[in-house]
Amino acid sequence: MAHDMAHGLPVSDSHDGHYKGGWVRWLETTNHKDIGIMYLIFGFIMLFIGGGMILTVRLELFQPGLQFVQPELFNQLITLHGLVMVFGFAMPAATGLANYMLPMMIGAPDMALPRLNNWGFWILPPAAIMLTLPFFLGLMGVGPGAVDTGWTMYAPLSIQSGWGMDFAIFAIHMLGVSSILGSINVIVTILNMRAPGMTIMKMPLFAHGFLMTAVLLITIMPVFAGGVTMVLMDRHFDTHFFNAAGGGDPVLWQHIFWFMGHPEVYVLLLPIAGALPHVFSAFARKPIYGYKAQVYSFWAIAGLGLVVWAHHMFTSGMSFASQIYFMYITMAISFPLAVLFFCWIATIWKGSMSFETPMLFALGSLVLFGWGGVTGLALSDVAADAQYHNAYFMVAHFHYAFYPTAVMGAMAAIYYWLPKWTGHMLNETLGKLHFWVTIVGFNLTFIPQFFAGLAGMPRRIPDYPLMFAEWNMLSSIGAFVLGSAHLIFVYNVYKTVKGGEKAADKAWEGAEGLEWTVPSPAPYHTFEKPPVINL
Amino acid sequence: MRSLYKFGLSILLALGSAAALAGYAFNFPDPVTPIARETLHMHNLVMVVILIMFFVVLGMLIYSFRTHNKAAGFKASKFTGPTNRKQWLWALSPFALLFVIDYGVFGIPAFHAVALYEDTRTDAELVVKVTGSQWLWQYEFPAEGVSYTSRLTTPRDQIDSGAAKGANYLLEVDNPLVLPVGKKIRFITTSNDVIHSWWVPAFGVKRDAVPGFLREFWAKVEKTGTYRGQCSELCGKEHGFMPVVVNVVSQEEFAKWIASKKPPVASAPTAAVEPVAGTAVLAKAQ
Repeated sequence: MAHDMAHGLPVSDSHDGHYKGGWVRWLETTNHKDIGIMYLIFGFIMLFIGGGMILTVRLELFQPGLQFVQPELFNQLITLHGLVMVFGFAMPAATGLANYMLPMMIGAPDMALPRLNNWGFWILPPAAIMLTLPFFLGLMGVGPGAVDTGWTMYAPLSIQSGWGMDFAIFAIHMLGVSSILGSINVIVTILNMRAPGMTIMKMPLFAHGFLMTAVLLITIMPVFAGGVTMVLMDRHFDTHFFNAAGGGDPVLWQHIFWFMGHPEVYVLLLPIAGALPHVFSAFARKPIYGYKAQVYSFWAIAGLGLVVWAHHMFTSGMSFASQIYFMYITMAISFPLAVLFFCWIATIWKGSMSFETPMLFALGSLVLFGWGGVTGLALSDVAADAQYHNAYFMVAHFHYAFYPTAVMGAMAAIYYWLPKWTGHMLNETLGKLHFWVTIVGFNLTFIPQFFAGLAGMPRRIPDYPLMFAEWNMLSSIGAFVLGSAHLIFVYNVYKTVKGGEKAADKAWEGAEGLEWTVPSPAPYHTFEKPPVINL
Repeated sequence: MRSLYKFGLSILLALGSAAALAGYAFNFPDPVTPIARETLHMHNLVMVVILIMFFVVLGMLIYSFRTHNKAAGFKASKFTGPTNRKQWLWALSPFALLFVIDYGVFGIPAFHAVALYEDTRTDAELVVKVTGSQWLWQYEFPAEGVSYTSRLTTPRDQIDSGAAKGANYLLEVDNPLVLPVGKKIRFITTSNDVIHSWWVPAFGVKRDAVPGFLREFWAKVEKTGTYRGQCSELCGKEHGFMPVVVNVVSQEEFAKWIASKKPPVASAPTAAVEPVAGTAVLAKAQ
């Protein structure tokens, strides 16, 4: 099967003859490595756009009073920050990793559906333009600006919003199509293209993690697309899905949104939860602990993730029984997550650890995401949730959940596999600098937000009472430190691409897996003949 | 490596102690209702437990970093899972502990606390209807036939042009909600336009105001005083500028106040059921 896929492609490793030069190559490429790189570059461009937006917000929040940004623009900035980071950065970056690494890790020559792969990627840039264009037009004085409802787009605020909302709806449709196509491709690839002998339960954990992400995306994105279409209908075609006067219910939107929005958290987490054990194992020079337990935990997280959504809505006035159910079932997620933490710690326990940059990021991810996890347990508690909900405590919590996984975890994975992609070892001094600036900046940004939230600061306000001033000032300083850390990252990757110490095929002493059996940098086509697996 | 690590740690410690010394507000305000007291207890309990969990695991990790270290010459083991009964017991015990924490230590008091929160109707002595509106709050005492609006009074120049800010910057309104101390009050929330959320941290309550629907909660304030909060659901442009201010006064003072607010004409009860007409009341409030 895998071999058949390779027929019709030139067997030689020469790049001439089967793709065109210049930009047409990137437009027409069906090669998983090219597409993976494009996903990653796209993701990081969006990271900088979303980061620039939130730094503008933090600049405004540096002091009480309105100095730089008026409330209308402020609402657009926080909304786009959320949408751009989740749909523009985190998901494409993870998909990029999967595209590049998945075939190499399961011994396949490419993704199963290469043209679909190309299409899936090339839907993204127009979607990103669609999402952000009203913002830039608004800056130039054309139109009402971008979607300004918060990334949650709660009705009826989203019914009231200007036409930036319509652009956002169409962008979400396109992003949804792209995610679904990418997910189909991952599932088909994993189910059909594993090297002979690699059974499902011998697959690398990264493949298991991304398989669950794909399953979740296929489950939730159609629901979300339906939901935003209902908003569109309410806005322009006189339906009343979310309007009580016509028999609708605004809270219905919250159910639809969070049915997508909560599993989305695990969509972003699971690829990284799959990648981290490889890094831990490599730098602890010890095999992965509890492989099966981790796989089953991925399944449990995906399953439970689909039935806990209304814990985002504890203040919306649900019945007593619903509140209790959603509290207890949310607490249940702490078990599979605890299994993952247990296995990761047991993997490095009594290993022979060294602390190269990928390991630092993986460990940083473990510790900080641990705090994100336990504060999540606090939020699940309905009895205290009213005080946390929609306050900065919650903002700090979900940044402790997202940033250490979707960003630091992705960086751990990128640094780990960078020698395979570029053929060069990265600059360790710069890498360590990047790590420590990240740690200081991140904690300085978000620890004060926990306190501001407990003291009573609501989220999404452009100006705040004086008692929150000190925390906000600290947080803003931290945000700029954190922002600068990403510049170090880009410079370091650029330097590694351009040159550096030659990487061996097996770039890290303790690294295991098929990807380390091919040359560094990996040739344009790998595993045209399936490798022999004798695990 | 180690020096970098110490450097990072010392920065974090310095920041932590600086923050503690500056006396910043960092926890829930003093609770003044039964719900707020429950909420604070629950919060303190949860925080203590999760801080212990986090730092115990972090301590194990730091021990591991220093000991199971290639530079220190530690040779890697090869184990990949529990193999005998004793190891299984060790591996499963954290999860048994977590089960007790989740459904015992947190779950049981939380169940009772939520039951308390939802008990909005028994013994309620007063009903207050809170209507969110872009961007002000409308308060109504249906039985007494009193209703009025409450909007921000912070001057624009304090917000926009850096004029000296008053102590209650963004937390001051023209007509605060006035409540009697020591009486159980049933609140009903709704909205005229989009979803808002009524939040007074000292009361421990936050409830969304959903257009077209009624939601409820209750409060029994035990101490007179002025309590402040803000709208906590994004409701458009002026979301940050629709504060909640509640004056809790003695029962006699409240009786006097509500009498002074009652419309002078005899047909007062009909006014009670009439919805607040937005524009007319707005004009009056200005």
